[in-house]
Amino acid sequence: MSLRNRELLNLVVVGALTALGFASVYIARQSVVSTASLSYAAFFLALYLVAHLVARYAVPYADPYLLPIAALLTAVGLTEIYRIRPGDAFRQGVWIIIAVGVFAGTLWSLRRDYRRLESYKYIFGLTAIGLLVLPALPGLGATVNGARLWIHFGSLQFQPGEIAKLCLIVFLAAYLREKREVLAQGRLKDFGPLLLIWGGAMLVLVETNDLGSALLYFGIFLAMLYVATGRLLFTGIGLALFLGGSYFVYTRVAHVHERVTIWLHPWTDHKVYCALTGEMKLRQDCGSYQLVKSLYSIANGGFGGTGLGKETLETSAGHPLIPSLNTDFIYSALAQGLGLIGVSALVLLFMVFVLRGMRIALLADDGFSKLAGAGLTFGFALQTFIIVGGVLRIIPLTGITLPFVSYGGSSVVANFVLLAGLLLISNRANAPREA
Amino acid sequence: MNRQITKLAVASMILLAALIVGTTYWQTWASAGLAEKQDNAIQRVAQFRIKRGLIRAADGTILATNVKRKVDGQTLYFRRYPTGRLFANLVGYSTQGRSRAGLEQSENAYLTSSNANLSTIFNKTLDKIKGVTITGNDLVLSVRPSVQRLAVQQLAGKCGAAVVMNPKTGKVYALASQPSYNPNLVENHFNQIKATNAPCHPAAPLLNRATDGLFTPGSTFKVVTVTAALDSHKFTPESTFYDPGYCIEYGKQVSNAASPDGPVESFGHPTLAQGLQHSINSVFCNVGKALGAGTILEYMKKFGFYKDPPLETPANEKLPSGLYHGGRLFFPSHPATQVDPGRLAFGQETLAVTPLQMAMVASTVANGGVEMEPQVLNRVVDSGGHTVVRIEPQKLGRVMSRQTASEINSMMVAAVNDGTGGAAAIPGISVAGKTGTAETGNSGINTTWFISFAPADNPKVAVAVTLQNQTGFGGTTAAPIAKVLMQAVLSSGSKK
Repeated sequence: MSLRNRELLNLVVVGALTALGFASVYIARQSVVSTASLSYAAFFLALYLVAHLVARYAVPYADPYLLPIAALLTAVGLTEIYRIRPGDAFRQGVWIIIAVGVFAGTLWSLRRDYRRLESYKYIFGLTAIGLLVLPALPGLGATVNGARLWIHFGSLQFQPGEIAKLCLIVFLAAYLREKREVLAQGRLKDFGPLLLIWGGAMLVLVETNDLGSALLYFGIFLAMLYVATGRLLFTGIGLALFLGGSYFVYTRVAHVHERVTIWLHPWTDHKVYCALTGEMKLRQDCGSYQLVKSLYSIANGGFGGTGLGKETLETSAGHPLIPSLNTDFIYSALAQGLGLIGVSALVLLFMVFVLRGMRIALLADDGFSKLAGAGLTFGFALQTFIIVGGVLRIIPLTGITLPFVSYGGSSVVANFVLLAGLLLISNRANAPREA
Repeated sequence: MNRQITKLAVASMILLAALIVGTTYWQTWASAGLAEKQDNAIQRVAQFRIKRGLIRAADGTILATNVKRKVDGQTLYFRRYPTGRLFANLVGYSTQGRSRAGLEQSENAYLTSSNANLSTIFNKTLDKIKGVTITGNDLVLSVRPSVQRLAVQQLAGKCGAAVVMNPKTGKVYALASQPSYNPNLVENHFNQIKATNAPCHPAAPLLNRATDGLFTPGSTFKVVTVTAALDSHKFTPESTFYDPGYCIEYGKQVSNAASPDGPVESFGHPTLAQGLQHSINSVFCNVGKALGAGTILEYMKKFGFYKDPPLETPANEKLPSGLYHGGRLFFPSHPATQVDPGRLAFGQETLAVTPLQMAMVASTVANGGVEMEPQVLNRVVDSGGHTVVRIEPQKLGRVMSRQTASEINSMMVAAVNDGTGGAAAIPGISVAGKTGTAETGNSGINTTWFISFAPADNPKVAVAVTLQNQTGFGGTTAAPIAKVLMQAVLSSGSKK
């Protein structure tokens, strides 16, 4: 079977799963199987068939599993968003159409040779910095949950960090490919860029008050530096610098301090000062309210879950029991509905995606492709770890999205661009050599 | 670079595998602990899919039932309380928005079939697999609506509480607290409850004054003191005292009458028995000084003071009785120097007690010195009508000798027949009782009490009545209420 036919077959299976998921939510909510659930699935399948056809033409030799996995993840996310708030599911559907459009456009425009991006590396670097600084600008930035990660265009909200991440990876791949031999020698003066980027990450941390984003950018940077130079010492020094810097910020910035306190001690037996309301409250009723409620949701799922559509997410009067459910905490909603079995399967999907991505980086034959492939894949893995790890109290919680699953336009679009990038690299690596 | 990429892939797998490990922890290991957290609203709301067990009174009257309602395609069971405010403070409520209270909170495991009883687990698992609505276990209480209704009527318009129980079994017949609230309004009309008016501040309609209200016991506490005096063999009922009409405490006169400005009333040379009969403060003042605070505290602890009373209501709706300092229970390490034995002996000092505790004191004397565990639960019944658990009477222990109990019994009968408690006398039945009029610090405003049991020779009912902010005395305000409640139980016979 050819690679693309395999992809098509997988997509058909994903379509069937989507129909099942929607039907499950419908039966649980309305006690009827509506044709609407089937039409949702049919629409979904049609959309991905378009993506598939573009891939068939533009990247015929690309990995056949990435697109179906992305499709399944968006389907799971859309089903859960539909369960949480049907109105949002429609908007998310529109964003997925836009994202698939951008995906097709990216494949189409870069189908001959994406490596020409390498020569624009400084433009990508500057764009990344520009996008990261945007939310800090007065009038444009918006603070959500104490972190400045959003910008406003009228009523439209946009999280530029998602796109900045991709630009940063392209810049780093190009820059490190060029400088890797020099850097590997480990002369002190070559550490300049490293320190510069460390400073940048810290700046982002202070400006946006967001530990998660800083960890994500810096983690991608360290991983790519390691892949490029093979010097674990650099990564160690970088990590030490990051931890030191984070500790400094932790002692100085109240918001970051609060996040860490919440992480370490979400429950208190006695009332503590609540900065949100200025009263004395139990911490689980104040700062750690979100985290604790989300843990209750996960715990309520148990081994087998309540079933899609049968989760307890709001009171019968319609008051939500878990805040930010369709963005930051979508994993807790899924964990309740699908249970340990279901979400473990979900995490396994992420794992397969990451393994396929790393395989692409291994098979690629030039430095830029290898670095870009590894960077994109690791970024995807690290982002998944940071948000789900935060929800699971493995690390302090920060509000970033779960790739492909969470509600949010900028996130979906950025992840489809990431997917396009991996497919392009894979296509080039697998293409038959011209003599 | 392939070596590095492989290592990076392994690192990524470790990161993602940690997520599965983390999820496993929360969904298996920690999930039971999280389900029990008070602020776990998800668990609470999820339990609205369970058809909660009914709560019935001893005669079968339904006190809590369910109303089925479809919400978002799901069948949910909301609580309704047909008797309204009658049993509100005891039964409590189960709501989505304001959590649970009362027996609805403390007996939630039975009511939702999530208790550890084997047959319950089996039935529930079967229901789950079949997709059938899970049905909780019913509670059958020992309370009698007829007695409870009388208690609420008698307390209406006042702030106070009444406890009526069987002294031989500890089964509670009525547990009333006023002002009360309508539990059907908690979910959606809580403001109406908050706006409750009552002749006390705060009105606190949600407070179960019978178990969670602390009041100065005044002279009812003399029953505890006299227990210590007789049971320690330091005094006999015939021990005589000189009563100048007051007692000297730290060089200051403490007069016998409730009001310090009242006329000095002297009883001459009364015996200890007469001291209890006429509630003579100076007698008890001297008894207290002779016994020492330590001995009295020891007997308080025997009666169950300094511990939450072992009733089935939630722990956060019960308070231990004892000496309080600054709102906290005070455990004196050197009672001899830290506690004034004279004022302790006649129930002032910094004593604060619950009506339930005083009902237990009266019951213990009635039951020949053996204290029974107060219980409101008779049986737990599953949806098929089979009894899951029958709650048998439990002895808490012997507080005093049979001899002491019988002597105090006679003294309390004298107090009703020819003493301060005359208003509680029932024609043809010998009633034992003790009045209490506790100073509140506001001149002329008292907390009044009456504790009693009847018939004295074969007690079938014991009562404690407390009223806040009274201008009268225990004998005039609380004793008539106790009389009505005892009559109600005695006339209906002692059926279980």
